[in-house]
Amino acid sequence: MGDYEALVHSAFGKEAPDTGNPEVLAWLIRRNALEMSRISRGSHIGSVFSVAEIIATLYTGVMRVDPRNPGMPDRDRLILSKGHAGSAVYAALAERGFFPVEQLKTHYANGSILSGHVSHKGIPGVEVSTGSLGHGLGIGTGMALGAKMDGASWRTFVVLGDGECDEGAVWESALQAAQYQLDRLIAIVDYNHMQSLFTVEETLKLEPFEQKWRDFGWNARSVNGHDVNALREALEQGKNQAGSGRPSVILAHTVKGKGVSFMENNILWHYRTPQGEEYEAALKELEARRP
Amino acid sequence: MRDAFVRALVREMAVNPRIVLITGDLGFGVLRPLWDQYPDRILNGGIAEQGIISLAAGLAATDRTVIVYSIGNFPTLRPLEQIRNDCAYPGADVKIVCVGGGFVYGSLGMSHHATEDMAIMRALPGVTCFTPGDPAETECVTREMLRRKGTCYLRLGRGNEPMVHSEPLTEWAFPKALVIREGTDIALMSAGGILTQTVAAHDLLREKGISARVISFPCLKPVDEDMIRQVIARYPDVITVEEHTVLGGFGGAVCEVAAGEGAPCRIHRMGLQDCYTAVVGNQQYLREIYGMDAKAIAEKTENILRGKGGEAR
Repeated sequence: MGDYEALVHSAFGKEAPDTGNPEVLAWLIRRNALEMSRISRGSHIGSVFSVAEIIATLYTGVMRVDPRNPGMPDRDRLILSKGHAGSAVYAALAERGFFPVEQLKTHYANGSILSGHVSHKGIPGVEVSTGSLGHGLGIGTGMALGAKMDGASWRTFVVLGDGECDEGAVWESALQAAQYQLDRLIAIVDYNHMQSLFTVEETLKLEPFEQKWRDFGWNARSVNGHDVNALREALEQGKNQAGSGRPSVILAHTVKGKGVSFMENNILWHYRTPQGEEYEAALKELEARRP
Repeated sequence: MRDAFVRALVREMAVNPRIVLITGDLGFGVLRPLWDQYPDRILNGGIAEQGIISLAAGLAATDRTVIVYSIGNFPTLRPLEQIRNDCAYPGADVKIVCVGGGFVYGSLGMSHHATEDMAIMRALPGVTCFTPGDPAETECVTREMLRRKGTCYLRLGRGNEPMVHSEPLTEWAFPKALVIREGTDIALMSAGGILTQTVAAHDLLREKGISARVISFPCLKPVDEDMIRQVIARYPDVITVEEHTVLGGFGGAVCEVAAGEGAPCRIHRMGLQDCYTAVVGNQQYLREIYGMDAKAIAEKTENILRGKGGEAR
C-alpha cells in the first residue's frame, strides 16, 4: 500500500475498509476529498461533502458496474453533471477498484489526468467529461434514448446540482426525456440549497421544485440525501419505473459541507481549501464519525 | 444542395442502420420522405438546440452516427459549448448539418444570416468542416462525412442550386480541393455555395481576355494545404471568395497556410467585411450589396491585374 492510501485508510487500522458499505464509501469519499483538497489546494469541498452519500449509494449495489470490466456494454451509466464535485466520483471509483487509490493524490496537479471537473479521458469508469453546468442531463437523455432504441436494460443516472437547474438547457433536456418516455433515466439533484454566491432561494428560486419536474412529465420525489437507506430505496424505486414511460428524479435534500461542522451550510467552503489548523480540525471531525 | 444531401443520406441510411437524424423542428417537406421510410430513426428534438446537441452526443455514445439538422446559426452558434464539450472533445460521432449558409435566408434578417459559422466551427479542435460548392460536391462530401467517425460540420446552401460540375464526382479524395476551370492570370478560390458566382466571374473575365483559374474547396477543415501551396507558388495574386465574414473562415484558412510559405503572392479575401448585414433581400441581392457576386469578383480581379501592369495581362 502506498503512502497516500495508507494515510486515508489509517483510521481502519490493518483491515481494508469495506467499500461495499455505502456509509463506509461515503466516509472514504470525504476522507479522500479532504486529502485531495489539502494536497491540491483545490476548491469545491463543500459540494463533494454534499454529494458523498448520493455517489456512495450509487456505487454500492444500485448501479451495475464492474471495476474489472469498466466498459462492459450493459453497464449502468453515471454522469456527474455537477462536474465540480468530480473528486467524489474519482474517490468512489478508486476505492471501488477502478484505478489505484494512490492516483488520487495527483488531482489538480500539473500533468495529471484527474482534472478539477470530472474528465473521462484515461479514467476507467467515467463516461463523460463535465464541468460546464447544464450538459449532463442532455447527454444522459441521449444515452437513455440509445438504450431504449436498442431494447437494452441498462440505466442512466445523472447527478445534477440545484444551482445547475438555473441553466435553461436542463429544462430542454427534461422536456425531451419526458417526450421520449425514457423510463430508464434517473436524475438525482443534490439539493443543498446553496450556490456559488448565495442560497438557491436568494438566487433563482426552484420551489415548488418537485412539482416543476412533475409538470415536465417526470416522476419526482424527495429524500434525505445523507440517509443511505432512504437514498437506496428511492433509487431502487426509480429503477422500478422502467415500463412507466416516465423518467424519474430524486430531489436529495443535502447540506453543503456535510460532515465537518464548520463547513456545513457555509458558502465559504465552495471555494476554500482546508489547510493547517482547519485541515486538522476537519480531519478530527471526520475521524470521530468513522462508520 | 439540400436535396443532394437528402439523396446521399437516404443511400447511407439504407446501408447503415446506426444512422439517426434529429431535427430542430425544421425541414418540413425536405425530411418528409425520410420520416415515412425510417420513422424510428428520425426524431424531432423540438426548438431546443442545446438539448439536442447534448442528446446527440449521448446517443452517439451508444454506437450511433447522429445527424443534427437545422438551419442558419441554430445548430452551431446557439449550442456552441455543447458542440465543443459534449461532441468535439470526446470525438462523438455527431454530424451537424446547417441548411442556409450565408445569405440563403436573406429576407428573414440578420438572425438568419449564417456569416460567422465557418470561422467558429473551424476553430474547434476535432471538428471536420465541409463546405460543398454545388449539389455534386454535396453528395460526395455527405457520403464521406457519414463514413468518417467523429464530429463534423456540413454547411449547405439551399435547394435547387445549379450544378457546377457537369457530372457526379465519383472519385473525390478527402479533403481535396477541385479545379473547376483552368486559368493562368489569377486564381479564384472558393468555399461553399458562392462557387456559382466564382465560376460566373471566370466567364465574365474570359470575355475580357483574362484567364482565371477556379478552385472549389468542399472541405474547409482540414483544408487542402497542398493545393494552397501550389497555387501561391504559381500565381502572384489569389482571390478567396466566401459567403461569410472575411475573418477566420476560408480566406483566413488560406492565409494561415500561406503565411508559413513566404511565397511572393498577394491573397485578396472577398466576403462580408467585418460587419452584420443592415438590409434584407434575396440571396443574390445581398451578395451584390455586400460585394461577393460574380460582377464584384470580376471587377476586383481586373483592378488587381490592372494595378500591376496598367492593364490586364
